[in-house]
Amino acid sequence: MVTKINSINDLNQIKAAYEAELGKYKHQILLCAGAGCISCDCGKVRDAVVAELEKQGLADSVKLIETGCIGTCALGPVVLILPERTFYVQITPEKVPALIESHIAKGEIMEKYTFQDKLTGEFIPCIDDIPFFKEQVRIALRNCGAIEYASLEAYIANGGYYAAEKALTSMSAKDVVDEVKASGLRGRGGGGFPTGVKWEAGYNAKGDRKFIVCNADEGDPGAFMDRSVIEGDPHNLIEGMILGGYAIGATKGYVYIRAEYPIAVDRLDVAIAQAREAGLLGGKLFGTDFEFDLEIRIGAGAFVCGEETSLMASIEGQRGEPRQKPPFPFQSGLFGCPTIINNVETFANIPAIIKDTAAEFAKVGTEKAKGTKVFALAGDIVNSGIIEVPIGTPMRRIIFDIGGGMIGGREFKAAQVGGPSGGCITKENLDVPMEYDALIALGAMMGSGGLIAMNDETCMVDTARFFMDFIQDESCGKCAACRIGTKRMLEMLIRLTKGKGEPGDVERLLELGQVVKDTAMCGLGQTAPNPIISTISNFRDEYDAHIEDHRCPAGVCRALTVFEIDPQSCLGCTLCAINCPVNAISGERKSPHYIDPALCIGCGVCRDNCRPNAIHPTKREVL
Amino acid sequence: MSEHTDCCFCAANMDEQAKYEQIAQVIDTYKEKEGSLIMVLHSAQQIYGYLPLELQKFIADRMGLPLSEVYGVVSFYSFFSMTERGRHTIRICLGTACYVRGGKKLVDALEEKLQVKVGGVTADKKFTLEVARCIGACGLAPAIMVDNDVYKTMSPATLDSMLNQY
Repeated sequence: MVTKINSINDLNQIKAAYEAELGKYKHQILLCAGAGCISCDCGKVRDAVVAELEKQGLADSVKLIETGCIGTCALGPVVLILPERTFYVQITPEKVPALIESHIAKGEIMEKYTFQDKLTGEFIPCIDDIPFFKEQVRIALRNCGAIEYASLEAYIANGGYYAAEKALTSMSAKDVVDEVKASGLRGRGGGGFPTGVKWEAGYNAKGDRKFIVCNADEGDPGAFMDRSVIEGDPHNLIEGMILGGYAIGATKGYVYIRAEYPIAVDRLDVAIAQAREAGLLGGKLFGTDFEFDLEIRIGAGAFVCGEETSLMASIEGQRGEPRQKPPFPFQSGLFGCPTIINNVETFANIPAIIKDTAAEFAKVGTEKAKGTKVFALAGDIVNSGIIEVPIGTPMRRIIFDIGGGMIGGREFKAAQVGGPSGGCITKENLDVPMEYDALIALGAMMGSGGLIAMNDETCMVDTARFFMDFIQDESCGKCAACRIGTKRMLEMLIRLTKGKGEPGDVERLLELGQVVKDTAMCGLGQTAPNPIISTISNFRDEYDAHIEDHRCPAGVCRALTVFEIDPQSCLGCTLCAINCPVNAISGERKSPHYIDPALCIGCGVCRDNCRPNAIHPTKREVL
Repeated sequence: MSEHTDCCFCAANMDEQAKYEQIAQVIDTYKEKEGSLIMVLHSAQQIYGYLPLELQKFIADRMGLPLSEVYGVVSFYSFFSMTERGRHTIRICLGTACYVRGGKKLVDALEEKLQVKVGGVTADKKFTLEVARCIGACGLAPAIMVDNDVYKTMSPATLDSMLNQY
């Protein structure tokens, strides 16, 4: 791209040229180059496809496009072939020649490489028929996995930057604020605060300089939605931030992105350079007087920097410690100037709202919460990956229809929603609509959208310990409530998992948790006790078993657990004995095996390897 | 897909003075940008490998900041290291998804294999072993990151093939 983009005509020309270019090809091969597929070596698949097309003389009729995350991270590398919309999974370089020959050269779909439904065993070649995709509604992720992530032209051809053009040339800043307000969009980073109301405060704030900031410090364990948006559709974030800057009167924006996401940083960096070259950043935009530019700031591995006041301190180059509110960021934020901070996914919704109108956006979702939400499915679930569904979609549909249920057909026990600030949803509440208020009523929260499914082999006391270990480690130490409170709660939980719990520990945890909630300075501390409170209220019996009976029902807490083999179900395959790290298992091939409880360390490797499910945890008698 | 250059490797081939000069250049390019200390420290650590006190003094002087401020930032963030690091950094993810799917077993196995505790450097200075708080590869759990590359669905049995690539 050499010419500057100044008007809708320029956009139209680029769009037409890109479409004409694509029109020259009979097929398009979309190769997922999300971080998931990259670590499955999709680069080698790309090279193989290029080489094979060349070899079979098909290079002129097939366009190879590298896209962002298509969503099914567990099945990578994945490939989508257009126009048939055939979805091929787990493609390796070895499979490529046959695939190209069959699908491209002969026009025959290669069914055995397509998506297979784990329950029915049936192959589903067309992406639109696969339940994982069928149930989704994509607004924030509309381009993710659908277009070439590295191409500005592809973004424009899919309607990109039309919203910015529309807003800057035909809407006032107040109009943009009002439109976002009317859309009912609420912050997607966790809090769920109405975005339009926030922007209005930014618009009304007085100051020579204002800033718009994108929070891409996606630190919740189990969340990778923002990473997917940035890697797969970086221009969408840029356009959303241009619109935000225009609405509040900021000429400078910062994207604060965590250092753990090097690929996202690279791709956003490239996209910002492309936008600058095309005159979409770094000067006056679309022939108006509105100037805007963006800068990336990289985090340095501190979870607390996801909290907005800490994040601003970190952008300023300081220790990422929170500041007292008020003043709120819209009053005095970055460098003491009025600042509006939104999450990546929030910004990703903005171009669609402005381009297609608020009314259109508000058709999706519930009465109180409009639009869609992106969730990252992970844990013991079949289709782990990225999905986007209308707000209010019942959790059961997400886990069992879209997510494909639990791995190995194991029983669903609970899902952790909202990461270390959230809570767990149990199977009794599986029909809860995934919506801000309904989740809060159950002691969980929407959070940023991490959804971790846990099966019946998960110990909830250990899960609470895990989250508290995380929070305690990440507590910045500025306020005593969080610094000392999280440490004391962690110590109690560790005691419980070692069988050293005492009667009254649960009450002490609840009391201390409440104190930390009430007195901690920032969101990190105020939500830190949530996983404890939530697991106690849903799984009190497990806590009691640890304390009174010194038993871990799930067989996770090693100090309390030894494993035993049911001689009736044991096939004598010897897999458990081969894998036991302490040689505690004895037995002849094809006859029942035996675990010596004195030697067993309770690691559970034997259970993981047992095909007939003959190995079960039991109480360790001698602590 | 972008290729990441292995900065620890180039650092080994550069002498002390050249490294300091390169860091000085980085500081100068950030001169006009407000609050760029963390960005400078990232670059400095890439160039030098770690951030010893001498280097922090140099950065503080050059940026016109008190050393206490530079030290305060370096000691706050887990990405910055004040001790020498291995040529490659192994980060075993212990985020929720990886933890649930056996990340802890990978820690035990790697500690055993490399004869080093988490946080330490192997005797041959090849690896620094660390744990990470969710690298966002939850769909691929349990995952390990070596420098900028992610290895998915790892098990103690697949660690050797990962290590052999370095």
